[in-house]
Amino acid sequence: MSASTNKQSYDLPASGLRKFWLDFSESPTAVIALFVFLIILFIAIFAPWVSPSNPYDLTSVDIMNSRLPPGSEDFSGNFYILGTDGAGRDMLSAIFYGLRVSLGVGALSGLVALILGASVGLSAAYFGGRFETIMMRIVDIQLSFPSILMALIILAAFGKGVDKTIIALILVQWAYYARAARASALVEKNKEYVEAAQCLALGDKRIILSHIAPNCMAPLIVVGTLQTAHAISLEATLSFLGLGLPITEPSLGLLIGNGFDYMYSGDFWISIFPGVALLITIVSINLVGDQLRDMFNPRLQK
Amino acid sequence: MTAFILRRSLQSIVVLFIMSLIVFVGVNLVGDPVDMLINPEADQAEIDRVIRDLGLDRPVSEQYWYFVLNAFQGDLGRSFIFGEPALKLIVQRMPATMELALVSLLMAVVFGIPLGIYAGLKPNSKISKTIMAASILGFSMPTFWVGIILIMFFSVHLGWLPSTGRGDVATYFGVTSSAFTVNGLSHIFLPAFNLALFKLSSVIRLARAGTREVILQDYIKFARAKGLAESRVVRIHLLKNIMIPVITIIGLEFGSLIAFSTVTETVFAWPGMGKLIIDSIYNLDRPVVVAYLMIIVVIFVMLNLIVDILYSVLDPRVRIKGVS
Repeated sequence: MSASTNKQSYDLPASGLRKFWLDFSESPTAVIALFVFLIILFIAIFAPWVSPSNPYDLTSVDIMNSRLPPGSEDFSGNFYILGTDGAGRDMLSAIFYGLRVSLGVGALSGLVALILGASVGLSAAYFGGRFETIMMRIVDIQLSFPSILMALIILAAFGKGVDKTIIALILVQWAYYARAARASALVEKNKEYVEAAQCLALGDKRIILSHIAPNCMAPLIVVGTLQTAHAISLEATLSFLGLGLPITEPSLGLLIGNGFDYMYSGDFWISIFPGVALLITIVSINLVGDQLRDMFNPRLQK
Repeated sequence: MTAFILRRSLQSIVVLFIMSLIVFVGVNLVGDPVDMLINPEADQAEIDRVIRDLGLDRPVSEQYWYFVLNAFQGDLGRSFIFGEPALKLIVQRMPATMELALVSLLMAVVFGIPLGIYAGLKPNSKISKTIMAASILGFSMPTFWVGIILIMFFSVHLGWLPSTGRGDVATYFGVTSSAFTVNGLSHIFLPAFNLALFKLSSVIRLARAGTREVILQDYIKFARAKGLAESRVVRIHLLKNIMIPVITIIGLEFGSLIAFSTVTETVFAWPGMGKLIIDSIYNLDRPVVVAYLMIIVVIFVMLNLIVDILYSVLDPRVRIKGVS
């Protein structure tokens, strides 16, 4: 009895969010990855509340506790599950705060690059002509340079800093969004609903923003997830090299860089654990992105 | 054809112009050029003299003109630290970087193609799934962190391989390389493997995708129907056909190996030009930074131009599309 009602509800055409979740949960790996990512996101947002201590509060950090191995205790009974770094900071707390900086920079630069790139891509596809040719040529040229090189040129010429790192990441990423947005807008542009909107004499801006743009979101979301993971990794690399964020904004890359100095003396945990946190973050975002790409890929649709 | 090459060359010149402008504006206008271009230990008289010599009292457009003019004559300034022409310093370190990039390219191909073909031939086997999972990991792991792990494990923990420097070099046929001595080889292994990891992942994926496509073609079926040995089908019929996209990507990505070698060289203290630029940024050795940026841009623009032209020679469709 109950089995038949279950079956009936299963046969109902799933709509919107439900269908999305059904498609997404086809891959157990992606579900786990999403779950892990949500935990990381939670930690990053609530870092000051979930961290055992504030690693950048000078009154609570004691240099006497420097380079304690994982799982040790100091004289006042504080427990350091991942050990401490060269300045006596709790590694776990430093990683939580570092996640906050890394994800923040990655998300902010990704969002601005998405808006910038999508505007260029959508309007290039919609207006066509010389504007399209020139913009897409710029995109092609930029994509022929590896992202690390573009970032290196910008940061080496203009100096380091939070603002400059974010600008560098935006400049590196926007072209990917522009290309993805243009590709799907070219398809959408020739559909009947756009023609209908044009017959209603709606403005170009309105057609692009409220008619074409929503239908181009799927590929942009895919590019967005994969690019954000890439941006986080690139920021970590730049900060490790000492070109990215300043020491006042300690991201995971900077933590790994600090640990690098202690590596030869065998104090592995100072650079290993922030790296593991970085790796888990990037892999979980990539796995979610891969599943989204498979879902939105028409060739793989059943 | 000539029109195509001309158009692409013109485009390369425009890109070079824009890049030189970015570097020039970054160094000369955003920052204080007196700070950046003059040795911080100079006294006031020296500063005044250098400002006059460098033409910093002239209009900006004129300064840019002289910057370009000098660059064309191979004069990109003198290093503060080494007291030698910046260009010479970079050219001296270029072979080490090229050697590292070439060895890692070789590693990526030698390991990547067999692994990729295997994963493509037996897509559902456990080993194939492990290979593919490892390639996702290879894509995701930041190069510098992998480098640190490699040093920690193979150099610090096991003590098998050295982690810094180039080791002994030997010269054969005018080429000086670490790859000619055992000691040099032991030095190059870890950094080259580190640099190769990312490319290895993409070669595996390309080879796998190519194999899965080619294996369905009629000529493979025919070769099997003829009763050829499987190894011969794979080696002759399959390998030749999957090599085309693999070689294209390898060519295109050689430049990115050079760019990424900045990271690997810093981690492994490899004395190439990538380490030089990072050191120079730390030491505020601006002329070397500017020179490196200009040279790397030139290398990239040339690489892209060559790839574009080769493409149009190999595939006429590109040329026709380019003209229309």
